[in-house]
Amino acid sequence: MPSRLKLVRDNQTEPMPDAVPANDAGTRPVPALTLPAAPSRAAAIARSSLAAVLPPLIGVSTLILIWALVAQGSDYLPGPRATLMSAIELFSDPFYSRGPNDQGIGWNLLASLGRVAQGFGMAALVGIPLGFVLGRFAMINAAFQPIVSLLRPVSPLAWLPIGLAVFQAANPAAIFTIFICSIWPMLLNTALGVASVPQDYLNVARVLRLSEWTVFTRILLPASIPYVLTGAKLALGIAWLSIVASEMLTGGVGIGFWLWDEWNNLNMEHILIAIIVIGVVGLAIEQGMNLIAKRFDYRSN
Amino acid sequence: MTAYLEIDNVSVVFKARGKSFVAVRDVDIKVAQGEFVTIIGHSGCGKSTVLNVIAGLVDAARGGAVLAGREIDGPSPERAVVFQNHSLLPWLSCYGNVHLAVQRVFGNVESKAQVADRTQAALALVGLTHAKDKRPNEISGGMKQRVGIARALAMEPKVLLMDEPFGALDALTRANLQDALMDIQAKSRNTVVMITHDVDEAVLLSDRVVMMTNGPAATVGEVLDIDLPRPRHRLQLATDPRHHALRADILRFLHERQRHPVAA
Repeated sequence: MPSRLKLVRDNQTEPMPDAVPANDAGTRPVPALTLPAAPSRAAAIARSSLAAVLPPLIGVSTLILIWALVAQGSDYLPGPRATLMSAIELFSDPFYSRGPNDQGIGWNLLASLGRVAQGFGMAALVGIPLGFVLGRFAMINAAFQPIVSLLRPVSPLAWLPIGLAVFQAANPAAIFTIFICSIWPMLLNTALGVASVPQDYLNVARVLRLSEWTVFTRILLPASIPYVLTGAKLALGIAWLSIVASEMLTGGVGIGFWLWDEWNNLNMEHILIAIIVIGVVGLAIEQGMNLIAKRFDYRSN
Repeated sequence: MTAYLEIDNVSVVFKARGKSFVAVRDVDIKVAQGEFVTIIGHSGCGKSTVLNVIAGLVDAARGGAVLAGREIDGPSPERAVVFQNHSLLPWLSCYGNVHLAVQRVFGNVESKAQVADRTQAALALVGLTHAKDKRPNEISGGMKQRVGIARALAMEPKVLLMDEPFGALDALTRANLQDALMDIQAKSRNTVVMITHDVDEAVLLSDRVVMMTNGPAATVGEVLDIDLPRPRHRLQLATDPRHHALRADILRFLHERQRHPVAA
């Protein structure tokens, strides 16, 4: 019985000998977990960080292994090694420019991020203040609710033709698509945040007879910031999802178009690289927003 | 007795899902200036509703309340409330919470330095100068309630309304805060209306205890004068026969005449 052996050994190193008879007298086997196994703190930290890193590492390695196996038996899917080689070559010169249709992956990424920033920024400028109004005034909220409910489930790409018709140009149309699809989460979450400010805080405001402006700056705004930032995080996620798709349709410089272009070139390595890059950038955006949300949440500091 | 605060024949009706529900009926309470009045009753008897009428947070269906000769119409800083759950804004420090109230009441007529002094003085009064830069979630429940009291007192209200201010605290902290409140009262003689369901607290702190019948349609059952001399000390009261008699009066009302309908 290994756990029993471990128990005896640990007790022998124990400074208090009276612990031994107590354990020996025990009729039930003591589970190994409850032992006072206290090696150094450093070892404990190393073990806990290993426990945090190991499972994801196993997951990713397994995925790469499956990828390699599938690529072995496939005519068109490049394996991890070929993709890595191609990526090294690609990222050795990310910022070259040979005409409008042949630019480095860095330029393409920056172009996409720029569109997301513009569309998202405008959506924040409109959506967050509007969300405050909807959350504060039930009448206006009731008037807007059916419009929001109807438009929110529409796929972002459905707005692209409207954008093209209105702006007569691909780039503003793509930004417009981002604007439309990222405004809803910000609007709805801000409204929810304002509407769910605890009545206690509003009673304080009523007893003090604070002006509407003071109520906004001192109570509504700080109380709803966590909701606003959740909305912004969701909006950025949707914006990043949509930009790739809309660029495939609008063309120009951008990671979505680049991916489509590489499909036309039948460069499968580059397509896989694009997918990984899009994923990594999306992950980075989300983590960044989490950090910002934590920084501004009154509950966490 | 000349009434400073007069609650005159107040009835409050709540509407829920199309049905109306009479919470309190024909409540008459008169409070003199500088008097400490406690309203006691079983939970759900509408004690807080009466307090909220005085605060102006709830409208009376019939009757009304008059403070210093003026009809109460909506909330106002002249009737400061200490809420049961302290209701401090979690994103402001203790100082910030008190300052917000002081700034609102005195900001228009006093200089920045005077407003700051008032805020400091209010925190000093409740013994929290050392914790002024802490956020509410960094201090204990008793300290939070002290900040709530400091915030209310700093507004220099005509009447201080306290809604079970110590109800959520442990017994030792509660006793501590009761003593602190008595000290403050000895100096400043505020007019106070306090809600409680604690018989000992009512006897210890009050000049008069208003006992309410059970809801629905609760009303004033009896009013008891607490003529114990001040300053009062809880240890001396423990052996004082007059204290026992007063305590017994309230207990008799609550447990014989107004047995709680639900709780056993």
